[in-house]
Amino acid sequence: MAIQTTEYKRCAVLKMDGRIDSVTSDELKNALIALNEKGVFRIIFNMEDVSFVSSRGFWVMIEAQKNCKRYNRGELVLANLPDKIKSSLDLVGLNQYFSFSDDIVSAVGNF
Amino acid sequence: MTKKTFSGDYQSLILISKFIESKGEKAGLNEDDLYAVKLAVDEACTNIIEHAYGGELNGDIVCECKTHDDYFEIILNDKGEKFDPESVEPPNIGTALKNLKTRGAGLYLIKKLIDEVNFEFNDETGTTLRLKKKIA
Repeated sequence: MAIQTTEYKRCAVLKMDGRIDSVTSDELKNALIALNEKGVFRIIFNMEDVSFVSSRGFWVMIEAQKNCKRYNRGELVLANLPDKIKSSLDLVGLNQYFSFSDDIVSAVGNF
Repeated sequence: MTKKTFSGDYQSLILISKFIESKGEKAGLNEDDLYAVKLAVDEACTNIIEHAYGGELNGDIVCECKTHDDYFEIILNDKGEKFDPESVEPPNIGTALKNLKTRGAGLYLIKKLIDEVNFEFNDETGTTLRLKKKIA
């Protein structure tokens, strides 16, 4: 499992691979908090290499979305979400709290 | 081997997932249903570690897989604290983001993902959770 963060002028792209579960979700949480602490609230989470997300992972993303959207200062956008993970997000109803993108370049450009 | 014992810690989650995957593939579950089963089992085992055992390394999780004619069954057993599944509040999904409580979707998600969910509580044998997923 690895997390990579690329910062651009107006936003950052965070990329993680593997499972996001009770073992690894804190690493995602810390990476997102680190960006927030640097004043970065426009974040694209590139999930193309994520293979699994448990509810613990969903809640980390929801907490990050709360932080990013507070004071209308930004947003966490989920990009390249694998279909199986999107289906489970839809099933639990948490999809309503996110915007989705299938293209990192467009997502960066939209910020 | 269709039955395996895992230590009740979060590092076991990936081992349990691999065990379920190998048995589910042999049972003929399609890719989407296999993911749904793995997610439900991950949620169930996380609840066992966190709530039944009150933390990591306080007990084991026994996982058994059975293939029937038209469904795949996973049986999880633990010797932790029992609980009333009916008393578990569903998450307040649908509310405004700022008011959304970021806890407690495990059982809710399991019930959404699995066709039949059944808990049995026994003073001697502990808690047994049966998850049945139809084979499409």
